[in-house]
Amino acid sequence: MVSPILELTNINKSFGHVHANKNINLTINKGTIHGIIGENGAGKSTLMSIVFGLYQANSGTIKVNGKEINLRSPKDSIINGIGMVHQHFMLVENFTVLENIILGFEGELVFGKNLEKAKKDLNDLCDTYKLNIDLNSTISDLSVGFRQRVEILKSLYRGAEILILDEPTGVLTPQEVDELFKILRSLKEEGKTIVLITHKLIEIMDLTSEVSVMRQGEMVGHTKTENTNKEQLAEMMVGRSVLLRLDKSEVKAGEVLFSVKNLTVKDDLDVTRVKNVDLEIRSGEILGLAGVTGNGQTELLEALSGIRKVESGEIYLEGKKVSDSQNFLDPRELKDKGLAHVPEDRQRMGLVTDFKAYENLIFGYHDQQPFSKSSVLNHRDIISHSKKIMEEYDVRPQSPNLITSNFSGGNQQKIILSRELNENPKVLLVGQPTRGVDIGAIEFIHQRLIDMRDRGTAILLVSVELDEVLSLSDRIVVMFDGKIVGEKENKNVTDRELGLLMAGVV
Amino acid sequence: MAPVDKSKVPWWVSNLIVPLVNLTLALLVSGLFIFIAGENPYEAVRLIIYGSFGYIEGFAYTLYYTTNFVFTGLAFAVAFHCRLFNIGGEGQAYIGGLGVFLVAINFSFLPVPIVWLLSIAGAVVFGAAWAFIPAYLQATRGSHVVITTIMFNFIAASLMVFLLVDVIRDTSQMGPHTVALPKEQWFPSFKDFASLFGIKIRYSPLNISFLLAIAASVFVWFLVWKTRWGYEMRAVGHNTQAAIYAGISPYKNIIIAMCISGGLAGLLGVNEILGVHHKIVAGFPAGYGFTGIAVALMGRNHPIGIFPAAFLFGILYQGGSEVTFDMPNITRYMFVAVQGVIILFSGALENLFRPQIESFFVNRLNIKASA
Repeated sequence: MVSPILELTNINKSFGHVHANKNINLTINKGTIHGIIGENGAGKSTLMSIVFGLYQANSGTIKVNGKEINLRSPKDSIINGIGMVHQHFMLVENFTVLENIILGFEGELVFGKNLEKAKKDLNDLCDTYKLNIDLNSTISDLSVGFRQRVEILKSLYRGAEILILDEPTGVLTPQEVDELFKILRSLKEEGKTIVLITHKLIEIMDLTSEVSVMRQGEMVGHTKTENTNKEQLAEMMVGRSVLLRLDKSEVKAGEVLFSVKNLTVKDDLDVTRVKNVDLEIRSGEILGLAGVTGNGQTELLEALSGIRKVESGEIYLEGKKVSDSQNFLDPRELKDKGLAHVPEDRQRMGLVTDFKAYENLIFGYHDQQPFSKSSVLNHRDIISHSKKIMEEYDVRPQSPNLITSNFSGGNQQKIILSRELNENPKVLLVGQPTRGVDIGAIEFIHQRLIDMRDRGTAILLVSVELDEVLSLSDRIVVMFDGKIVGEKENKNVTDRELGLLMAGVV
Repeated sequence: MAPVDKSKVPWWVSNLIVPLVNLTLALLVSGLFIFIAGENPYEAVRLIIYGSFGYIEGFAYTLYYTTNFVFTGLAFAVAFHCRLFNIGGEGQAYIGGLGVFLVAINFSFLPVPIVWLLSIAGAVVFGAAWAFIPAYLQATRGSHVVITTIMFNFIAASLMVFLLVDVIRDTSQMGPHTVALPKEQWFPSFKDFASLFGIKIRYSPLNISFLLAIAASVFVWFLVWKTRWGYEMRAVGHNTQAAIYAGISPYKNIIIAMCISGGLAGLLGVNEILGVHHKIVAGFPAGYGFTGIAVALMGRNHPIGIFPAAFLFGILYQGGSEVTFDMPNITRYMFVAVQGVIILFSGALENLFRPQIESFFVNRLNIKASA
């Protein structure tokens, strides 16, 4: 018997001038695993945050079990049996599993009877769904996979009938993914409803019985999973084939401008994230680095750009050693030697969002002529320079005095790109250049990168978007668990082959 | 209420209207206090205005207080642009005063203008040195400057009492203070200037340090917004990660910002030692360092805001003491409470009515634009 448990009608949500959800209609049936798929920035997470009461829709209705409800906070959602497991876990690290789960639901001033009951209920839940969690372990001692289970257990304990999982596999190893899927299937068998948000086609085909596709804030299709295939879904998701076939001349790779030998890098927690990596980038080529988020790409980029210390191995720029574990150039010295870096996270690292646009347009180059003379900033030259490159890179609005946080994501990204590309670097490191950027800007950014390559710049492109890597790169290397697990010329290579490498299967 | 699009809010709404509304509210609440204390608030306001503007010496007192608040307010603001909460202005001012005195007394053989310049440098160096230790600990060890600077206030106070009692006390006197500086080293006071023009007025502590306060304001404006150093300090303050990415050292900038901050606080010692007491008196910073925090917050950490905010607190100090003379039910502490209310409304509750006020004006302007 199929009956809808969750119905969304005409949901709209805007953030400023960004229309994140447009007239969304969605029906989810009881006891199913329903996939919602779409590219990054398609509006999946926004939609589910509305269902979980984190955001309020501008218009539209939400029905649970046929009854219209008003969700003003996650509390309302929990009461209505909706639970959510976020991409970033909401756990107190130094609390135990038990303490985390009863947080906010302690029910008594001095722990006693209720706590005992909670323990028993939780152990029952663990048994039913084979979660295999020790309630007394501290969160900080648990692996990512287990933390996610704690989140699931928390939702179940609070009476969730509908469980929303937002990109649950982004941070998991393949084994952990298998375990998670087992748990999700057993939840389904017990009659729970699961909504799986993902941008990975393989997970949809594996796990779901129904799938909805989102693109640029709109719902573009619903179908039973058995009636579709990956190719069809991919087409619906992307909705364009422009991006996949950029006009690109034949590669004319020159001498090696940038190389990395046997590089090992640790993160802030002293975990080795980059393991014995070798790379070579030639002038006039784009080397694409593909991989699932969290496989060491971030640390690699930071080490290459001088932000993070090298544990062992060497980095060479134009044949000269610039960094090893003993001596290393800082980001500014590397810039002077012709290495530019567009960081992965523009708001955390690439920009000071409280600065005015012109201040960000000289960021990192502010101590150079003509921007500063004997430490005094040359306001007039900075402004005229800013106007010029804002026009050249089509940054909108073209007002150098506007505070940067008032620009859209795409225009913020253009501010960084224009700053870094304008110096005509010999080597360019680019991380996630189009994350959260609208389609128009994506094509513009891609075209600029191709232009740079044609002018002889050696480019390293790090991206989690396989499409992007495939459409831009001349050569592709795949990173998994800190190691380079494969290298391919970008001819006749399929996303399937790369996908298998990225998943660490081959 | 929907948040307003920040880019549409005119600057004068967020920088003038909002602080004025907050100030008005604070004064209304203060009026209520005075009313409860059994005095007429209207009469109190009249006394404050008379006391701070009504006669020439009163106005001079107001400007003297303003001078001190400008120094400590600027000090707080500079560190705050690097997101450092330097609440050690009190101690840095105290030690800065020591610098002034030691330089002035030891270099008294030099021509007076040179002694003045060296003493100002002494104030800056001593104040900066006192701020350097917490800055170094913050930069290398992550010891939070809020904790360390407040502890350094206590250390400074104890150290100065020790020095004033056991080391540099004027032995011919009983009190904990030093000998006076030679008379020719004293800063010309407002009274001296007036008598140059043949105007005879009574004593007031206002002296040429007021000009130094104006110079310091211009210096801070130039430093923070027009130089590479200010730019780098602000980058570190707003986004440390991004600063590292751009090759800007947080370590270096934390230390620079704190030392400049400490140096500015030290200038309070110039006003107090060369201008007023002409010797070190125990406890001369008298809370100016703390009030400077409120001044900076109210002035939105910009010299153009800090100057009027310092002037306002000057009015309150001077006018307030006038009120306590004339109104038996109002004690000095009442005005500490009034200051507290102003700090509450313009600092802690700064954003209480901001959304309403901003959206009111934005809507108004939209209607006007579409009409």
